[in-house]
Amino acid sequence: MSKPIFGLLLGGVLGIFDGLTAYFTPEVRSQLLGIVIGSTFKGLVAGLTIGFFARKVTSLPLGVVFGLAVGLILAGIVAAFPDPNGKHYYLEIMLPGALVGAIVGYATQKYRASEVAA
Amino acid sequence: MRWLSDSTVRHLRRVAEWPDLGETKYRLLEELGHGGMGTVYLAEDTVLGRRVALKVVATAAARPGAAERMWNEARVLARLEHPGIVPVHDAGSLPDGRIFYAMKRVDGRRLDELAPGMPLPERLRAFERICEAVAFAHARGVVHRDLKPENVMVGPFGEVLVMDWGVAKALDGGARAPASDGAPLAATAATAVGAVIGTLAYMAPEQAGGEAGRTGRPADVYALGAILYFLLTGRAPFEGPAAERRARGDARAEPEPPRRLDPKIAPALEAIVLRAMAVEPGDRYATAEDLSAEVARFLDGDRVLAHREGALERARRFFARYRTPVLIVLAYVVLRAVLILYGRR
Repeated sequence: MSKPIFGLLLGGVLGIFDGLTAYFTPEVRSQLLGIVIGSTFKGLVAGLTIGFFARKVTSLPLGVVFGLAVGLILAGIVAAFPDPNGKHYYLEIMLPGALVGAIVGYATQKYRASEVAA
Repeated sequence: MRWLSDSTVRHLRRVAEWPDLGETKYRLLEELGHGGMGTVYLAEDTVLGRRVALKVVATAAARPGAAERMWNEARVLARLEHPGIVPVHDAGSLPDGRIFYAMKRVDGRRLDELAPGMPLPERLRAFERICEAVAFAHARGVVHRDLKPENVMVGPFGEVLVMDWGVAKALDGGARAPASDGAPLAATAATAVGAVIGTLAYMAPEQAGGEAGRTGRPADVYALGAILYFLLTGRAPFEGPAAERRARGDARAEPEPPRRLDPKIAPALEAIVLRAMAVEPGDRYATAEDLSAEVARFLDGDRVLAHREGALERARRFFARYRTPVLIVLAYVVLRAVLILYGRR
């Protein structure tokens, strides 16, 4: 499995779990499905981007920082969309999103890709 | 009236003792060192224009059996082409009948001199490379029988070379390591049954007890364990009371556990040393590769097979190995919990 594919899968899975944590916030529980779908999509995009970065750059600190930045930016874009009441959740989405990006950044740097160069 | 100073006289006397290399292609430059079997000189190969280390055996009167050992060492080294073993370029006889062989000149320092200033991971990586060289020799059917820090050179770029193969022995009658003339590397007088060869402080019990027939690969594994002991504690395994017991003939005397000398030594490393230095050959690591793999596991933060660790120790090792991801995940969990609690207020 290549690093981008690994990043895609890990980002997607962590995105699902990240979205599911909205269940513990009663005021947004009714929108859980939409949140999980959005979070998963964000995770997939972030994972793929971070995976491609890991393929080009071999550095654990840079990988983590890049993941953190990508997670923060994508979460910022998602957080820019308000809920039906017009309320924004910047803090609740951006901070955990950045950490999820850092986890994917770490994992893609550590992951030893099994792909063989053609 | 004095014509020559003392230092000049000493120099002249030393030069007068230098071997006559008249009919060889070598030109002596200086003396590098003096050992039990002979003297090592820095020499120039006048044909190829390179500097080599030239080992010249002591005279038969000064050291009986030295010539045999020297041939043995040259033949063993000629068969062992490995980055961790110093290569031999040439061997022959001098006009006065003494044996010599030319080998690569190694710029470096002995491990026993260098190790005290090296950080632990560096010492362990050097140890892994020693194990690799010994494992290679074992695979070629050769046992070193005198492994100790003094016989390991560390080069300026961290390269590690196992030296002094003078008492090495070919196993299985030398079938896997034939000499250049086709004759096997048979046991020399030095390896005769009953003879004790090597350095007592690093020697396996079966070797110290003079059981030449049982001195095989496990004896080298024991000596490797003893080198690891030195690298961890800064002293040979048999010093003080343990050395006295050995000197009195108790070959099965056990060394003081490393952690008793330095409690900061990791229990896993102590377990590796004690297993490698087990009294019974069957209780040691089966091969030098197995020993090297254990040290590699320790360096990688994996579980060391020789050591049974408790839950706390396992958790500590896990955290040390996965510090970054554990901290990120913990930060995520804590952050999520705080945000959920904050959102409910």
